[in-house]
Formats: sequence, structure tokens, C-alpha cells
Amino acid sequence: MSFDTPDDRRYQESHEWALETDDGVRIGISDFAQDELGDVVFVELPNEGEDVTAGESFGVVESIKAVSDLYAPISGTVTAVNEDLFDAPELVNEDPFDEGWMLAVDPDDESELEDLLTAEEYEEQVA
Amino acid sequence: MSLQMPPLRGVHDERGAKVTEFGGWEMPVEFDSIQEEHRAVRESVGKFDVSHMGEIEVSGPDARALMQRLTSNDVTALDVGDSQYATITDEGGVIIDDTVIYRLPDEGDDHVFLFIPNAGNDEAMTERWRTHRDKWGLEAAVENQTHEYAMFAIQGPGARELALDVVADPDRVSDLSRFEATYTTIEGTESESESECWIARTGYTGEDGLEVIAPWDDAESVWSAFDCQPCGLGARDTLRLEAGFVLAGQDFDRETNPRTPYECGIGFTVKLDTEFVGRDALERTKEEGVEEKLVGFRLVDRGIARHGYDITTTDGDVIGTVTSGTMSPTLEAAIGLGYVPVEYADAGTKIRVDVRGRPKKAKIETPPFVDTV
Repeated sequence: MSFDTPDDRRYQESHEWALETDDGVRIGISDFAQDELGDVVFVELPNEGEDVTAGESFGVVESIKAVSDLYAPISGTVTAVNEDLFDAPELVNEDPFDEGWMLAVDPDDESELEDLLTAEEYEEQVA
Repeated sequence: MSLQMPPLRGVHDERGAKVTEFGGWEMPVEFDSIQEEHRAVRESVGKFDVSHMGEIEVSGPDARALMQRLTSNDVTALDVGDSQYATITDEGGVIIDDTVIYRLPDEGDDHVFLFIPNAGNDEAMTERWRTHRDKWGLEAAVENQTHEYAMFAIQGPGARELALDVVADPDRVSDLSRFEATYTTIEGTESESESECWIARTGYTGEDGLEVIAPWDDAESVWSAFDCQPCGLGARDTLRLEAGFVLAGQDFDRETNPRTPYECGIGFTVKLDTEFVGRDALERTKEEGVEEKLVGFRLVDRGIARHGYDITTTDGDVIGTVTSGTMSPTLEAAIGLGYVPVEYADAGTKIRVDVRGRPKKAKIETPPFVDTV
């Protein structure tokens, strides 16, 4: 089975992606991760204004069968939360790279993005 | 220890199933999506490979006496082709396993029983049966046939109709009442042996349906004959939980969470007018009443309760533990089972479930959570 891995963003070994946008760095989980999880039924995310730290848990995503921690790919302050996920967590399955985004973060240090995996490197990891 | 493989392991791989370890077996947990598979069973029909379940045949002049003395229900109530749900308890009345017992056709003057221990328990139960047989000087053969048979569950409102299309004896199968079983061959099976399948109107999803015990070598053709949504253990778990059915190793466990049938809410499997291991302890338990009970609950707040989470009072005092919990695909609500003191067990009682340090509002609700047959 092949998974989408858009090369416009960076990835973390724990399957989160980070994408620079006009409103900060957006964070979500990969196509591979949503497939592994199965039906996503619940997402727990921080509030706007809270800080997240690279490599540390910022929330959880729950499928019917399991609870999984979400790890921040970059440190910073949460500027936006995808509230659509509270009523429609299935967006994570349906469109993990776009409609299923989770947070936007104002990064403390944008260079942290360079430490993450490229799409090619991440693809190798999940192959 | 290497995992045991069901006969259809390769077939499931080709179908793209995700697999998991369960009771020492590598079993499909999900084929397409748990919600999709769950819905198929509630609305039409789905099929499960449950070949990890054990099969133990007990036969001989004292087969009935042995079954009666090691299981909590009354096997003398079983005619040929009948089945019953029962527990296997220790001297203290603690559940070792739960099981379905089938009475197969007699062999001459001897009764023959087949019982289905949970995955991974077949060897221990075979040993238990043989040890007690010898201790009591009974004459019975106890044969572990787990690796001779595949087992499939065809479940859902459309299950019987589907079965009638593929069995060689539709009349016999259509006449089956709940918990009745018969031998039949399946049309299109390629085995030279033309071995018969034991087909029973049983299941563990809360829906009408059938369970088919087929010779290991016929597994693929029998599985293929039932043309419907394949379902994994993930959907089996959400379905049984909506129906309020307990799961061995999760809702009770002899080592980590020892419980009697009365605490588990399956006291109906205990027939105190029969003699069996654990009977005296259970009689005392029944007279004295239980301190804790397995209850159902539904979360009011957003969140999902999982196995091992604390159940608390509305003031935050810990009173119990969640044993099973999931998001119900039918209700689109978080439901679960757990043990609480009896004074908190009434439907409507407000409780909290500690979800990762956050107290979530919940209410006791009497299972089944959805309408079942």
C-alpha cells in the first residue's frame, strides 16, 4: 500500500508533519499514521495561546481501538486550533494533510524545521 | 513464543487485513474500517474469522458428568444440537473462562460435547478436564481439536438468509432456533473429504447470526462461500460491547481481575442445583450478595474511556475501574463497562471517568446499549 507524502512539508519520525503557512506552522499527522490508527473518533488538542515543545506530547488522537500521543514537531505558541476536528474527527482520516490539520503554531525558532525529515526521508521510514 | 496462525492467515493478507496478536494467535483486527465493518453487521451481514477460539471435544460414558462438574450451567438440559453459555470456575467461584458448550450427536450410547474456550485457553482447559477426569475416576476422552477446526461467525440481520444460500441443507438450517446447531455441508467446498460443518445459531455481536465450525482444510472454501463484508476483531469488540457482553481477559481475568459470574452480570449461567467446582462458594456469594458489580456507562462529556481508567464519584473519589471502553459506532457515543460498588450500580447514577487526568461526566446505563435480538 502506498501513502501520500506531499513534499511541501517536513515530517517527524512519530508521524506528525509541519508546514510553513502565512498563519504560522501548521501541524497534523501523516497519511501513513491515519491509516495505521484506523477510524479516528476523538482528538484532544491544546488551546490557543498555550505553548508546545518540540518532541513533547501536545495532545492525543484516538481511534476506535487505540489512544496515541501527538508529538510537537516544533516549539512555539498555539495560534489556531482546527476546531472542526471536535465535531468531525474523521477529517483526520479523510484529508490528513489539509482539512485534517490540527494546530497552527507561531514557532520559537523556525530553524527547528530543518531538523525534521524531508518527505523522501519519511517515505523511506514508513516504506 | 511464536504466534499461532489461523488457516486463513494468507487469505487475510491478500485481502489487506491488518493483523494483531490475540490470545497467542495472529488474527485480523481490521479489513476496511472498524466502523464500516461494524455497520455491516448491524445493518446487513458480516463474517469474522474466530479460528483462534479453542475447540475441545469430550466424549465417552462419563462425558456428561465431567462437563457438568466443570461448568456452571446445567448440561443435562442440552439435547443433541443444543448449546448453552456457561462459565468455568475455580473452587472459589472465580471465573477461569467463559464458554459455549454444544451437544454433538451421540456416539452409540455415549454423549459427545464440544466446548469453546477462549483463545489461548485451550491447552489449559484440556489439562483441567483431563486432570479432574482422572481425579474423579471418570471415563471420558478429552481431545483438544483447536488445530483441526476453523471457526467463523456470520453475523447480522442478513446472516441466515446468506447461509441458506450456501448450505447443503437449507431446511435444517432454517429450522434452527437460537442456540441450536446442526451438521451440514457447504455448497462449493472443494475438500475431497466433503467434511461437514457444525453450524449453530449463536454469536457474540448482539445480532442474529450463525457460527460455523469447519474442518481446518476446508477453511478457505467455507470462508469464501459466505460472500459478505469480512470483519476483524476490532469490530467484534465494538459490537460485543454495545451488546454488553463481557470479554475474557478484559472484563474478568483470573489473575489480574478475579470475578465471580454474579459480579460479572452473568449469574444466569450458574445453576446452583447442579454440582460443579466452585458451586459452594457461589452459593455463599449469592446468599451474601456481591459488593461490586460490572455496570455499563455512557460518557456525557467528550472523551473515550479505556481499559484501566479510574471510575470516580462526582467528588473525585476513586470507586472502580473501567474494564472495556470504546466509541460506539452505532450510538456515536463513548460507552464502557466497569466495576463499581453496588450502591453506585443503578442506571442513571452520575459518575466520573478519569480520562488522562481529566474527570469526564458519565452516567450508569444498563446494557445492552443498543437493541439486540
